[in-house]
Amino acid sequence: MKKIIVLTLGLILLNISFAQQFTLPSVDLKTLDGKTINTRDLLKDGKPIFLDFWATWCKPCIVELNTLADLYPDWQDETDVKIVVVSIDDARTQSRVAPFVNSRGWDDFTILLDPNGDFKRAMNVINIPHSFIIQPNGKIFWQHTGFAPGDEQEIYNQLLKLKAQLDTTSKK
Amino acid sequence: MKRFVGILAFVFLFLLSYGQDQLQISGNFEINSQTYKPDSIINAPNVAEKLLSNIYGQIYISYKHFRAGLRYEAYQNALLGYDRRYNGKGIANRFVSYESQFLTLTLGNFYDQFGNGLVLRAFEDRALGYDNAFDGAHLKLKPVKGIQIKALIGRQRFFWSYGPGIVRAVDGEMNFNQLLDIKTGPELTMGGSFVSRYQPDENPIYKLPENVAAWAGRINVNYKGFALNFEQAYKINDPSADNMYIYKPGLATYMSVSYSKTGFGLVFTANRYDNFSFRSDRNATSNNLFINSVPTIVPIHAYSLETIYPYAVHPTNEMGGSAEIFVKFKRKSFLGGKYGTLLSLDFVHVRSIQKTPTFDGTGYTSRFFMPGKTVFYQEIGAKLEKKISRKIKLKAKYLNLRYNKDIVQGLVGYGTIYANIGILDLTYRFTYTKALRTELQMLHTKQDMGSWAMIFAEYSVSPHWYFTVYDQYNYGNPHVEKRVHYYDLSVTYVHEGSRISIGYGRHREGIICVGGVCRNMPASNGFTFSVSTTF
Repeated sequence: MKKIIVLTLGLILLNISFAQQFTLPSVDLKTLDGKTINTRDLLKDGKPIFLDFWATWCKPCIVELNTLADLYPDWQDETDVKIVVVSIDDARTQSRVAPFVNSRGWDDFTILLDPNGDFKRAMNVINIPHSFIIQPNGKIFWQHTGFAPGDEQEIYNQLLKLKAQLDTTSKK
Repeated sequence: MKRFVGILAFVFLFLLSYGQDQLQISGNFEINSQTYKPDSIINAPNVAEKLLSNIYGQIYISYKHFRAGLRYEAYQNALLGYDRRYNGKGIANRFVSYESQFLTLTLGNFYDQFGNGLVLRAFEDRALGYDNAFDGAHLKLKPVKGIQIKALIGRQRFFWSYGPGIVRAVDGEMNFNQLLDIKTGPELTMGGSFVSRYQPDENPIYKLPENVAAWAGRINVNYKGFALNFEQAYKINDPSADNMYIYKPGLATYMSVSYSKTGFGLVFTANRYDNFSFRSDRNATSNNLFINSVPTIVPIHAYSLETIYPYAVHPTNEMGGSAEIFVKFKRKSFLGGKYGTLLSLDFVHVRSIQKTPTFDGTGYTSRFFMPGKTVFYQEIGAKLEKKISRKIKLKAKYLNLRYNKDIVQGLVGYGTIYANIGILDLTYRFTYTKALRTELQMLHTKQDMGSWAMIFAEYSVSPHWYFTVYDQYNYGNPHVEKRVHYYDLSVTYVHEGSRISIGYGRHREGIICVGGVCRNMPASNGFTFSVSTTF
């Protein structure tokens, strides 16, 4: 039993060292108006995605989303990014999500609900905020946990890096 | 179990050698440790082990349409405040699933929620030591766009074993707009659930129902900024430890109505729970083996002193209502100033349901709209968020609490506590990457432990470092010797999906609640160490 676990973990670690980044898992989420949407559908328009897990009760998440809301119009022009924010508010606070985001003027973001944490679990998110940059092919390009003022610069740099990478591959 | 791991390892090896391209591996590791030293002033107990650790490791493997997961947990021994029955180690969760456009079939452990969770919700919350995962089979069908059907069967996790009851459940949901391809007009979703629990009747005296059924119906309507969410659930008589073994059916109702547009939001919620505790063991207590999770209408508070008096839902007896308004005053308006101002106000009131006792074994009767006499919880809150300049951001909050400690925490002799809380949260940005966030918090009450003051400071250097220090001072404690400082110092380093944190401090006794679930945290004094990584 122990040997098997050690062997498995060892191989996994070995694999990670030369492995590809993992792809967006397929999970059904809800939109604010009650439609079901699969996470894979987010990739349909071929844009890079900035994916952020947050909740109405999470203070640094709100700081992060406020910051991004101000920068989003410029980022869209420069990097073609689509910002998708996934609320992990459960039934207790889920009804607050729509009034919360609309009153703050975050309505440019794609807002999704993950009330039982299915997507959060599948993405291995332990603490929020936790954000990912996802390539148009679904592969994870970069991720970051927590938010401190200034992190937006790091996110922006990574988005530019991805854009440069995508531009070179499309030229080939 | 051994065989399962063996098979998984074999499949993995096979895929590793043949399926490089489609093989996906991801996972996360988390370790939380703390040292303990006895501290008689704050009642920190003597912990024989001196050091305790909770360890979690999750791995997911996916290959084409298949996905498998394995979670290792080790409690060496469980951190103070976690149930000692977690002590030990092993594979706590494992599953394999197959997914296609039409169906998803999962064997092994799984989580799920029907509607708002009134009749079924399985979830994991490590901070609470809560995990009521099912072990069995779960099927999800998507026959046409707009329709989703779920069916499951299984038993629930009980520390390192499983509860005695078998849960069988189905849920159907229909979104009319997706189904009929309607692009305009109101958005309408309807759903219904049926859940049944089987547990043998081993009671020599009473005849207890072995199969307990519960069902629920729900409707969601969205139209031009309006949103309605209504769900009601019924459960047949289910004598249990929670309801003192009465033969009364249960009824649960939850609703929310909201309206919002850019710069404005309004939300009302209401609930009424009458004898609606539903577990896969009728004799279970504490947070164990819940099949459902009825949502409370009390919001989650995030500032430390607010969490001294957290609310926990009462599935057997509770009714309440809340209203909350959000307004954003525009830039350059009188109240908005240069950058705009965000104001929110809320009111929440929760109390008992009305009960007229009966003497035929059904316990009581209750009139639906008639409130009971006991107030459990009430809050009146106001919050302001404002950017003062390019460098300074301000948040201010006021909260007036009425907290029935005896009812909420199941204690005797504390009564109802009236408290006022004021918070000032300031962020100052020195440079683009360096910022200091400070909190000044005051809690004023003449009851219980008396008044508190707290100062908190966090210096962050983006994108890696956080230095945090705080002091909570219980200056108003009626016992002079207990007017002590609870301080904490910590350093956190973040790199992409990984986080390492080390700290030292003295932590007050308290309860941590999320939703209806709470965990008692004894006071402690010592070093904390935590590391987590996602890959």
